[in-house]
Amino acid sequence: MTDATSSNIPSGKKHATSLVAQDARTKRRNAAEARFRAYGVAAIVVAILALIGLVSSILYNGSSAFRQTFITMEVYLDPAKLDKDGSGNLEKIAKVSTFGYAPLIAKGFEKKFEENPNLVVEGLNAKKAAKMISKEGPAELRRMVLANPALIGQTVKVEFLANGRIDGYFKGRVTPETAKLDKNVSPEQLMLADKLKEAGLLKTRFNFGFLTRADASENRPEAAGLGVAILGSFYMMLVVLCLTLPIGVAASIYLEEFAPKNWITDIVEVNISNLAAVPSIVFGILGLAIFINFAGLPQSAPIVGGLVLTLMTLPTIIIATRASLKAVPPSIRDAALGVGASKMQAVFHHVLPLAAPGILTGTIIGLAQALGETAPLLLIGMVAFVREYPAAPPEGFFDPAAALPVQVYNWTQRSDPAFVERASGAIIVLLVFLLAMNAIAIILRRRFERRW
Amino acid sequence: MSVKLTASALAIVAAATAADARDQLQIKGSSTVLPYATIVAEAFGENFDFPTPVVEGGGSGAGRKAMCEGVGENTIDIANSSSRIKQSDIDLCASNGVNEIMEVRFGYDGIVFASDINGPSFAFTPADWFSAIAKEVVVDGKLVANTNKQWADVNAALPAQDILAFIPGTKHGTREVFDKKVLEAGCKATGAYDIFKEANGGDKKKAKKACHALRTDGVSVDIDGDYTETLARLAANSQAIGVFGLSFYQNNTDKLVVATMDNVTPSTETVASGEYPVSRPLFFYVKKAHLGVIPGLQEYIDFFVSDDMAGPDGPLAEYGLVSDPELAKTQDMVANGVAMGPLN
Repeated sequence: MTDATSSNIPSGKKHATSLVAQDARTKRRNAAEARFRAYGVAAIVVAILALIGLVSSILYNGSSAFRQTFITMEVYLDPAKLDKDGSGNLEKIAKVSTFGYAPLIAKGFEKKFEENPNLVVEGLNAKKAAKMISKEGPAELRRMVLANPALIGQTVKVEFLANGRIDGYFKGRVTPETAKLDKNVSPEQLMLADKLKEAGLLKTRFNFGFLTRADASENRPEAAGLGVAILGSFYMMLVVLCLTLPIGVAASIYLEEFAPKNWITDIVEVNISNLAAVPSIVFGILGLAIFINFAGLPQSAPIVGGLVLTLMTLPTIIIATRASLKAVPPSIRDAALGVGASKMQAVFHHVLPLAAPGILTGTIIGLAQALGETAPLLLIGMVAFVREYPAAPPEGFFDPAAALPVQVYNWTQRSDPAFVERASGAIIVLLVFLLAMNAIAIILRRRFERRW
Repeated sequence: MSVKLTASALAIVAAATAADARDQLQIKGSSTVLPYATIVAEAFGENFDFPTPVVEGGGSGAGRKAMCEGVGENTIDIANSSSRIKQSDIDLCASNGVNEIMEVRFGYDGIVFASDINGPSFAFTPADWFSAIAKEVVVDGKLVANTNKQWADVNAALPAQDILAFIPGTKHGTREVFDKKVLEAGCKATGAYDIFKEANGGDKKKAKKACHALRTDGVSVDIDGDYTETLARLAANSQAIGVFGLSFYQNNTDKLVVATMDNVTPSTETVASGEYPVSRPLFFYVKKAHLGVIPGLQEYIDFFVSDDMAGPDGPLAEYGLVSDPELAKTQDMVANGVAMGPLN
């Protein structure tokens, strides 16, 4: 802009100090400003591009985790296999392990091939075809039978999870070419998958199980879900919230309003600021030493994770709370004290309510930070394979559980390619939680914040 | 300070309320054994009335150390390990009151050399690897700094492709096997071992250590992460060769082409027969004091070594485990609860 104006005005050497024409020094100064602006724009563009790149790669890799391929198959629950003496005794039925149920699914395929010769693919027998069904299948069948033993002897229609490779075929991860090289899937299985789809027996639809199921072993990535991790993270956040909010707010009120100003409070203040900058892994080591080795709390439990994250989050919340207490003008305190309120009444009746939106915002942002934290959890046994859902609180706080960021870390280490998509899917879930928490913080601030 | 004290006081109160016994097994250790242990844990939780055990990774050494921390509910029950327990571990265990340990070998794992599927395939010998990535190699009977650039410089039969190897970092159990079965074997085959031994006054240990020294000019890259990282590096660098576990390779056969070693293609069969030279046994160690105390422990270890799981047709073998030909012996040992004797 400055260039444009300068070119319109004829320059004259004699008018060096003119307000209209630019002298060399002004030009330099303006150029410096233009450069600085350009740097700023460039920095923001780079940041936005990086963000777009990150988010789009996560969405590209992870969105497929929310869809899953299912195969519907009719299975005859053979009494000769499941209830050998025909007694219907549940204990005896429970003796048949999942290994006993797997052949029933192969029988289901055999029957389907007989009924519908169109489905037959050369070089693919029923046993190989049954491998297209997740290894979770027999377990599902067994659970069904144990829940309702009357089903034995009947033919049931079950929607099984498809094996991770078959699922990958419909998501573009597996092609007939790669299947030729892959020992876990054959091109014939993919042909059958196409035929099953035509026959309406195979569907790819929204995968609610990804949010509710427990983790699964490497043999069955298709059955892995975030249920335990979401529950574990939720329990930890509950612990963090219940501990940090009262402790943090009480500590800040005392430090801000009541504490005498002397060298002890100075040291405390400096230490709180320092603690906020301590790397999170240090809190993990502290947690291992204090909570597990000394206090004897169980490993992998949300209570320990919550306590460790509490230690990590407290300084953040104390700092945020003190800032919002400071932001309440002294005139409010003075007015309260002036009409005869005690110091405590002034704080709790007037200052604290006015500071509440700021405190809430700080707390939510602190929680969001704690939700995404992985490093301290590494040391207290949260990075584990956990399949049992923790019980309802308060007992559940002591049961082993996973956590969302830890689940991402775990899945990226698995060898099956299907876990890559799961890990990205878990990141999406984590990001959604973080965005939601931050959005709540912003809304609360907008609604209740008062400016003076 | 006051904050921390409050928090730990709360923790102690919380601990007092959680007095009931731990009802699930806790297992920790090798990340190589981790997938096998999770497969067993999952099937165990499905088929028994006990909860699914909690399985943690972290490395063989970390697992054994955690097992040796002591006896009691707050210590783990089983340590997975991809290398044999060391005397130092046993001493640590003894000093913490963990006296009886059961050693269970449940199978073998092969270590394979693989490259990008679109590249050429390789036929290696341990000597090729030693000449390619060792710090000093033998030329005309003398030790010189390694300057080999291409695989063809090492062995004319290999393709003229730049040497670039992604090998496991030193914290991995896999590296120990690589050092021993590949580098040392190659060291001996090329004659470098004898020269090292001579230079060190006949000290075998020092000679072996010299054999393990790798060149530092970026040709051999240590990977401290796991195999997924090696795979990602290979994808970015199709000229490179990576070191993987057999099971990892078998789950990624569409991306990797495997090299032969001494003209033997790695597979569960060749590792089991001992033809393929680079393999190692896999173990887990059970704290005997917890048997009968932690519910399900005996059942879990029986189930782990049962034919249904660890047998040649079981799910572990399907995932890539080379099943132990002497599994029946292990099953007897586990059923009778025989503790391990002193290391020989």
